[in-house]
Amino acid sequence: MSAPDPQVPPQVVVRNLGKSYGDTLVLERVNLEIAPNSFCTIVGASGCGKSTFLRMLLSQEAPTRGSILVDGEPLPREPTPDRGIVFQRYSVFSHLTVEDNLLLAAEFEASPAIGRLFGAARRTAMQEIEETLEKIGLAPARKRYPSQLSGGMQQRLAIAQALLKKPKILLLDEPFGALDPGIRADMHELLDQLWKELGMTVFMVTHDINEAFKLGTRMLVFDKTRHDPHAPDRYGATITYDLPLNAGAKGRAPPVSELFANPKQPLHKGTRP
Amino acid sequence: MRIINRRPSRFSGFFLAAIPFIAVVVVYMIASRQRLAENPADKLLPSFQSMGSAFWRMAFEPDRRSGDYLLWLDTLDSLWRLGIGMAIATALALVIGLLIGFIPHVRSALAPFVATFSLIPPITILPILFIVFGLGEAAKVALIVAGTAPVMIRSTAQAVMTIPREMIIKAETLGASVWQMLTRLVLPQTLPGLINSIRLALVPAWIFLISAEAIASTTGLGYRIFLVRRYLAMDVILPYVIWITLLAFILDRLLLVISRRAFPWFHLNGESL
Repeated sequence: MSAPDPQVPPQVVVRNLGKSYGDTLVLERVNLEIAPNSFCTIVGASGCGKSTFLRMLLSQEAPTRGSILVDGEPLPREPTPDRGIVFQRYSVFSHLTVEDNLLLAAEFEASPAIGRLFGAARRTAMQEIEETLEKIGLAPARKRYPSQLSGGMQQRLAIAQALLKKPKILLLDEPFGALDPGIRADMHELLDQLWKELGMTVFMVTHDINEAFKLGTRMLVFDKTRHDPHAPDRYGATITYDLPLNAGAKGRAPPVSELFANPKQPLHKGTRP
Repeated sequence: MRIINRRPSRFSGFFLAAIPFIAVVVVYMIASRQRLAENPADKLLPSFQSMGSAFWRMAFEPDRRSGDYLLWLDTLDSLWRLGIGMAIATALALVIGLLIGFIPHVRSALAPFVATFSLIPPITILPILFIVFGLGEAAKVALIVAGTAPVMIRSTAQAVMTIPREMIIKAETLGASVWQMLTRLVLPQTLPGLINSIRLALVPAWIFLISAEAIASTTGLGYRIFLVRRYLAMDVILPYVIWITLLAFILDRLLLVISRRAFPWFHLNGESL
């Protein structure tokens, strides 16, 4: 079961979170506690608000009601370096080469006035990204621009860049949605390895339920529990399944068809049929 | 094969491009010869020889009254006015356009004003400029600035707003300040678009320059052609028009080359005109 270990306080606490755009209710009554170092995968039908949830975790959007606490503190109102992000597209800077993309974080930190390093300082910073370049296999492509890279290479760069500031939380919004299946498997390996090495909490929105099972330690399914056929926007989605996916639980997970069968009652954390 | 799938070779492409030019020259020659045969003193369609000698006179023989080489004097003065005007317009477009595009409060404050100002037909404020700045250089430069800057500001602001939001958020998560985002992300992403808008703005800029020179000036390409118009000196006007066209073409190509050299990442996808 997903009941968190009482010894470890949860890192992320979501309380009665709701989001609406005008009259359209996207999310409602989302409650969640996430332990540190979880790998949380988020699945759901298109338009079910899973990306909205991720954007609220990023502070790209503000909740309409409810709150999100990280380590007991409310989230800052804008994106900050403690939460890294990888989008499906446009995650890297198209006007910078691979190595400049990776240098940028160090340049922002060391040079407030112009955000640029020169000479010895630049060489030192370059040495620090050398290992990253090797690890993501982009050392031979270091002088290339992102549009000269394959989709997989671009996303490897995006992940590496998102981890430069050593965020406590890494947010991934369908990061492999545009990649070939073979490349995707390589990416899973890289991501899994990085997550184990760096010890951070990962939230990953995905369309691919197999990916969600494979990578996650916990899977959240977003869906609407109430429908008004005359006013489809009246009710929002919430978490309908919250599955722990440790090695033993993976075998006992309900079949996919059941996960999306629109349960009539909202299922609360830890209760499933 | 369908005609849409047939592509000219390099040689036939060049040949096809030359046909309209040659056709115009040939038609002109025939018409000119006919008129001159009827009346050797005809001024309307001068022969190429008389245009050539007039151009030679303007370029390489000192003026009898002032001792100046008129073509070079006119060219220098006109390009100087055009250059100063475009430089000021570009600076305004950069500063105001970036701020309007990037900072919502500045956008709210200035965007409607700039949009309104850009709708004033610039030539209508020329009398005002002559009254305020006198008949000297300032009024002509001011006309070029007033005519081109508002549109350039708007297109620069638009270019900033089309930067994918994902990139800006990524920069925030890498710890960038607003100033650093402006210098390392917004400015480089916008500069290729700015060069494009300079190229487009040069077209009206030439119009304003020639108009201002025609109305009140003592030098300049526009001044000259309107001056010799009184004597129906087509043998001077036509070479001057070709010369102005050539200058405009060279400026345009120069800017394209600069853009290709300085922003290779921008020109990676597809050809641009």
